Amino acid sequence: MSSLINKTFSIAKSENRPALLTYTVAGDNTKKKSLEILKSISNYADICELGFPHNTPIADGGQIQTSAYRAIKNGIKINDVFSIAKNFKKVKRNKPIILMGYYNIIFQYNEDKFIKKCKKSKVDGLIVVDLPYPENKAFALKCKKKKINFIQLISPTTSRNRLKQIIRDSHDMIYYISMLSTTGGKLKVSTKKILSEYKKIKKLDKSKYVVIGFGITGKTIKSLKKADGLVVGSAICKEITNSIKKRQNAVINVTNVVKKLKNKIK
Amino acid sequence: MKLKKKIPLIDQHDRYGFWGSKFGGSFIPETLKKPIEDLTHEFSKLRNNKNFLKKRDFYFRNYIGSPTSFVKLENLSNHLGGAQIWAKVVSEANGGAHKIYNATVHALICKAMGKKYIVGDTGAGYAGKMLSMAAKKFGLKCKIFMGVKDIKRQKPNCDAMRENGAEIVPVYSGSQTLVDAVSECMRYWVSNCDTTHMCVGSTVGPNIFVKICGWSTAQISRELKIQIKQKFKKIPKKIKLINCVGGGSSAYGFWSEFIDFNKSQIELIGVEAGGPKRSKLHAAPLSRNAKIGILHGAASYVCQNNEGQINDTESISAGLDYPGVSPIHCFLKDTKRARYTYATDEDALKAYMMVTKFEKLNPSLEPSHAFAEAIKIAPKLSQDTIIIVNSCGDAKKDRDILRERLGKN
Repeated sequence: MSSLINKTFSIAKSENRPALLTYTVAGDNTKKKSLEILKSISNYADICELGFPHNTPIADGGQIQTSAYRAIKNGIKINDVFSIAKNFKKVKRNKPIILMGYYNIIFQYNEDKFIKKCKKSKVDGLIVVDLPYPENKAFALKCKKKKINFIQLISPTTSRNRLKQIIRDSHDMIYYISMLSTTGGKLKVSTKKILSEYKKIKKLDKSKYVVIGFGITGKTIKSLKKADGLVVGSAICKEITNSIKKRQNAVINVTNVVKKLKNKIK
Repeated sequence: MKLKKKIPLIDQHDRYGFWGSKFGGSFIPETLKKPIEDLTHEFSKLRNNKNFLKKRDFYFRNYIGSPTSFVKLENLSNHLGGAQIWAKVVSEANGGAHKIYNATVHALICKAMGKKYIVGDTGAGYAGKMLSMAAKKFGLKCKIFMGVKDIKRQKPNCDAMRENGAEIVPVYSGSQTLVDAVSECMRYWVSNCDTTHMCVGSTVGPNIFVKICGWSTAQISRELKIQIKQKFKKIPKKIKLINCVGGGSSAYGFWSEFIDFNKSQIELIGVEAGGPKRSKLHAAPLSRNAKIGILHGAASYVCQNNEGQINDTESISAGLDYPGVSPIHCFLKDTKRARYTYATDEDALKAYMMVTKFEKLNPSLEPSHAFAEAIKIAPKLSQDTIIIVNSCGDAKKDRDILRERLGKN
């Protein structure tokens, strides 16, 4: 049986557009608010990535760090993250949700218990930023057995040999990091170059869906629309920060941002 | 879990980089896989390259000033009674601390790899100061990441970094200390790994950084072994090697040649930062039984909460104020080869006062933690016991803190 993630990509494909993936941090800025944001933006987003925050994130830029610190400060616990996911899936059964974060949180929770809880909360996929290939093979296999997509990351520094191995062992979806950067950096390579790297990955295995992330904003999203999917994270987290500063409704503002992004790639 | 003999501890890891199959590893984002592989490859080549070793030894001798002296602390020993207390005065090294070994080796590697930029983290400011010195010496552009709290409390070292032409990047996130400086430095490297070399300031971080740092500081114990033989004709029957442990680079360097010895002959004692006496916060993951966790790319004992969030730490000593510790010290702990304990801020200050009162020695707050343990155990030990403390840093950088806490310069 095809996964919900696969189905979502093929629907987007049939509509001749890339899937839009959003990233928000669970509990930013409160548990309740982040669930509301998730529900609202998923009217436009195809797949929602939900970050479980960590206080020493070594691959995140300022915007996502700010969101993560804010969520932790407001008391988010890993079980809250699962309950946000679960409550989201209750109303949006057909929207894939992907949890994303750092390995220590999973390690402390216990790998098996974590996967079990994901399954119970109807989580569709997992991205673990600091558990690279091949160290992640055992964990990825455990996920696969429970029909949870373990999403491998590929970066511009990934060698060709490694690329082949990673793709061979990947599940439905692969995440291509557009450039050498933490999240939310300014796009410092041309979108043309990014797409040519993207095509190299696709050529190796057409059956895998490849999304591009890092540095994608309203300005750059359109020129990358040939990809299977595009991830926007920092631009959304930034909007939450701005809304809080201006004492405006974050749900409405963030939804508008996502709506605009979607319109650009339709 | 077992230690192997005749193999340097830094090389006793499995193919994934784990010591004792659970400490260390490389928990890194995909982007860093390639630069870390390149560095691993380069280092394994260089450490077997005669020319490179010649160069290293040349700079260790002529630039760092090896060997540093090994002296008996006659007055302190007499005052306390019991064991003889000796010091390996590593603070005599150029720049005033052991951090110069790692910094010099990293600068040489950076040159060998054809990179022009080098970045590093610092807590007490010594790692940063030394890296800025080495960068200047070898013509490299240098950026140092440092927590805002540390920039304030270790001003003399910051002044030195700036004088050497390095840029200090203040880190405002989190607790604004070493832990955040390391995170920010790693983030910078993720974004600039194609042109820039990263130096991790201690035996922490992804596997290869533990190895390079340990390989560099091992010079301390190579010297000490010769010096002990010179002073005592042969290795005495009862030795205790006491060293402070933050990340653990000076302790590993101080011990590496002696790990193969029987523990009843040479005991290894690591002293962590216990923090203020009445505070719940500390920086002592080994001696206060923290759980294993992943921090800055490696698995080690880490001060953290049940959820896996890294705890704030507190210590008077910026150099020890770190929630994690080297995976090789975790391995030494679990194999019971080394014993770990802690000293509080107050213990360290008292030790500092006593040492400076009796001896012509000015240990910084980090080795003052080690002296606190030496002072505590010496009176209970026999006179043929030789306690050796690694006085791995000079207190010049602690001027402001000492003035505030002790009312003197």
